[in-house]
Amino acid sequence: MPLVTPGIGLVFWMLVSFTIVFLILRKFAWKPILNILKQREERIEKALKAAQDARIEMQKLQANNEQIVAEARKQADNIIKEAREIKEKIIAEAKQQASIEAEKVFAASKLAIENQKIQAMNEIRNQIAELSVLIAEKIVRKELQNNEQQKAYIKTLLDELTLN
Amino acid sequence: MIININQRLLLLILFVWSFLLITNAFATEETIHHPVAEKKFNAGEFIIDHILDDHSWHIATVGHTHISIPLPIIVYSYKQQQWHVFMSSKFHHGHSSYKGLALATEGDMKGKIVEVDEQGNIDQSAPLPLDLSITKNVLEIFIIIILLLWVFLSAASYYRNNPNAPPRKIASWIEPLILFIRDDIAVPSIGHKANKFLPYLLTVFFFIFFANLLGLIPIFPGGANVTGNIAVTMVLALFTFIITTFSGNKTYWMHIINAPGVPWWLKIPIPLMPIIELIGVFTKPFVLMVRLFANIAAGHIIALGFFSLIFIFGSMHWAGGFGISILSVTFAIFMTLLELLVAFIQAYVFTLLSAIYFGMATEEHHHEESH
Repeated sequence: MPLVTPGIGLVFWMLVSFTIVFLILRKFAWKPILNILKQREERIEKALKAAQDARIEMQKLQANNEQIVAEARKQADNIIKEAREIKEKIIAEAKQQASIEAEKVFAASKLAIENQKIQAMNEIRNQIAELSVLIAEKIVRKELQNNEQQKAYIKTLLDELTLN
Repeated sequence: MIININQRLLLLILFVWSFLLITNAFATEETIHHPVAEKKFNAGEFIIDHILDDHSWHIATVGHTHISIPLPIIVYSYKQQQWHVFMSSKFHHGHSSYKGLALATEGDMKGKIVEVDEQGNIDQSAPLPLDLSITKNVLEIFIIIILLLWVFLSAASYYRNNPNAPPRKIASWIEPLILFIRDDIAVPSIGHKANKFLPYLLTVFFFIFFANLLGLIPIFPGGANVTGNIAVTMVLALFTFIITTFSGNKTYWMHIINAPGVPWWLKIPIPLMPIIELIGVFTKPFVLMVRLFANIAAGHIIALGFFSLIFIFGSMHWAGGFGISILSVTFAIFMTLLELLVAFIQAYVFTLLSAIYFGMATEEHHHEESH
């Protein structure tokens, strides 16, 4: 049956031409095409991955930024709070200092007043004594115009002195 | 959209019309060849003549003039012990002999080149010459190869020039098929070694696919029954067989010699399983060969059968021929559409089975539990 009997010539030409076309296509078509397809797939995959990474990175950065802002706010609050505290402390200290100073001044002035007073008193006493003496002298001079009276007065004075 | 459909319809009509024209022409040729014998239309002979290889490429017969492409005859005559190279037109369609050789027109040798004696009678005692002629199928193979080279080399150059661009032009046609073969045939069947076999699988797929499609075109440069010829499918199956055998690893051969999971008494003392496995090594490519050949040849036979009906009925009465032609053409159109599908399916099946055989030959792991 010729239908199922392979012809030698056709087998020969088919072998030769198929081998040649296979070798040519393998070298100049399949390998370059498959390589480029593979490279393209890898590139797309890489690009998608890079985009995904970038998105994650951006989210991270955003979160980071928020954290930084929050931290900065917190720090600012802290600084303000501290400043307030410092202010209050300074005021308090100043007040304390002022009161101490005032007290000191007060004490010093009190002492000075006391001293002045004592001095003044002494002076007054001295002046009173002098005046007293003067007055006494005058009185005495007037009183002791007569001897009798002189004697009597001296006598009283002496008495007084001894009593002192 | 309407214009598009109309264009398609027009193409289809043209296609069918040309098919009719060709078959008509062949029918006329038959009557011209044997005017004395008043030979009736023989559908079987008509179909087989079209399925088989030929030494010239017949295009049409107008009146008494045959329009055919003469093809080179390359023969080595054992009787004369020398090579002969000449065009097949020297035979005048089997009517004359040339350099002691002739084209047999009758019997088992029909269409073959035979030795003749001085009187022009076939020399039965001489051995058949070695026929390496560029026949119709060989020329069709060359056309397929030129087509393959043109399509894929230009695609390769497109890819080389635009490695980052999406596939356009010719690349957009072949890329889905290449990816289909890689991702749905080669990789699932073979695994990580798929890349090694991909060039062969792609070549075989596109060769068969192009040959099948060209076989559906009724006029030159199509119409030759390449993949429906057992010599062609034999060579293709031989390639698969050789690649499978040479890439078979230790696991593959051990599986043949000592199939795991089979009771020992099937191997010793009579090595029943090894024999079966060894036969399997040869039946696999044999089945590949027969499947492709039978499918494509059958498709051609059915289409030709429908057209033969026209002439069978026409020989009874002219009205019968016209009447049946409507039915025949309808069926032939349906068959051609079906054959378009078959053209792809057979290329796919051949490639898939080759890939599966390569996968079996290169499988690494033992899988006793699966048997």
